[in-house]
Amino acid sequence: MSDSSPASAAPPLEVRALHLWRGERHLLRGVDFSLQRGELLQIVGPNGVGKTSLLRCVAGLLPVESGEVLWCGSSIRECRDEYQRALAYLAHANAIKNELTALENLRYAIAIRRQVSNEELTATLERVQIAACADLPARAMSAGQKRRLAIARVLLSGATLWILDEPITNLDARGIALFEECMASHLDRGGMVLTAAHQLLLQGRANVRTLELGT
Amino acid sequence: MSAPGLFALARLVVARDLRLALRHWDQVAQPLIFFVIVTTLFPLAISPALDELRRIAPGVVWVAAMLASLLALESLFRPDVEDGTMEQWTLSGQPLTLMLLAKTVTHWLLTGLPLVLMSPLVGTALGLPSSVWPVLAISLALGTGCLSVLGAIGAALTVAVRRGSVLLALLVLPLEMPVLIFGARAVDLAMQGESVVSPLNLLGAMLLLFLSLGPLAMAAAMRISVES
Repeated sequence: MSDSSPASAAPPLEVRALHLWRGERHLLRGVDFSLQRGELLQIVGPNGVGKTSLLRCVAGLLPVESGEVLWCGSSIRECRDEYQRALAYLAHANAIKNELTALENLRYAIAIRRQVSNEELTATLERVQIAACADLPARAMSAGQKRRLAIARVLLSGATLWILDEPITNLDARGIALFEECMASHLDRGGMVLTAAHQLLLQGRANVRTLELGT
Repeated sequence: MSAPGLFALARLVVARDLRLALRHWDQVAQPLIFFVIVTTLFPLAISPALDELRRIAPGVVWVAAMLASLLALESLFRPDVEDGTMEQWTLSGQPLTLMLLAKTVTHWLLTGLPLVLMSPLVGTALGLPSSVWPVLAISLALGTGCLSVLGAIGAALTVAVRRGSVLLALLVLPLEMPVLIFGARAVDLAMQGESVVSPLNLLGAMLLLFLSLGPLAMAAAMRISVES
């Protein structure tokens, strides 16, 4: 890296020598990586190797036992609020209320982070192709449609860093293509994506790396 | 891209929870129905004679209110934790203390306030004279507020435990005893025509204390529960 501007000298996200124990198991053994703007890092590895735990550690949802997670050079424990505002996390659970409609779900999820207009919400629902479900209670939506709704939340969050745990679960082929397109445009805008996936996404694109756990 | 202010954030959480409650009001009404049924069991089990009932009425109403409030706690945080909403809230960069306090206030509006409004009716069934109604309602209003905050702390602590409801009761009920003592005492004093200022003052002071420190404990407990 021969970048001369000082702002991009240090990678925004850096993980150093991360160790994690789950009970007796030494799950993560010194994981190191860094993420630059416009980069996608995919964590791969067999089931139970600690992909989700690693993502939760990086998101700040699991306390780090040894090692460091740095955001713009300072520990995420120290700049928690600033880090969390720049972060969108998509977990296994979609964080969707069955009693609320798709539009209400999205509005409440985004409005706690920032002010959002109805047009913006409908436009995003259209982008993930579930505009027809906008006024349907989420209980009536399929698993794939719920996942799309959860992806809509990430798109609207305005976050720089996306941490996505198995983002394409339940998505059909068109949904996966659509999601890859969303990720690509996020990366083009200088966003960062950290994901755990069984299927590699955006293959052949520059700035896409994989990190294999459990080797 | 401006973040909502603290007041707007609290209003948003309250509006969301009220809307959710409207969509499954049958669950929300359960504690109230429980409260009414338990208090009507006493005349059947002990004696329909109002003189006897009147003596135990303050205690009966207060114990029933405590148990009804406990019954409602299970649904306070658990659905949000199970569907991942709470995870998103802890990662929102917004003060979790305020959001959990707003949830607790909504919870009181839905489960505590109906008990207060229903108390004259229940009091009459147990032979309480109408002169005692105001004291009964005020003591219940302050007291159920205390119970909601204390209960919310316990609920946040036990939310990660499967079948945590018994643990929740064991944890919360002993802490709620002062509220029960002063609440029932206030109604008792009112029946004897004595001044109720001191127990009500104490209940009010407890409510203020819990409201100011409770959210900090709730947020800390919730972070521990989510980060596991």
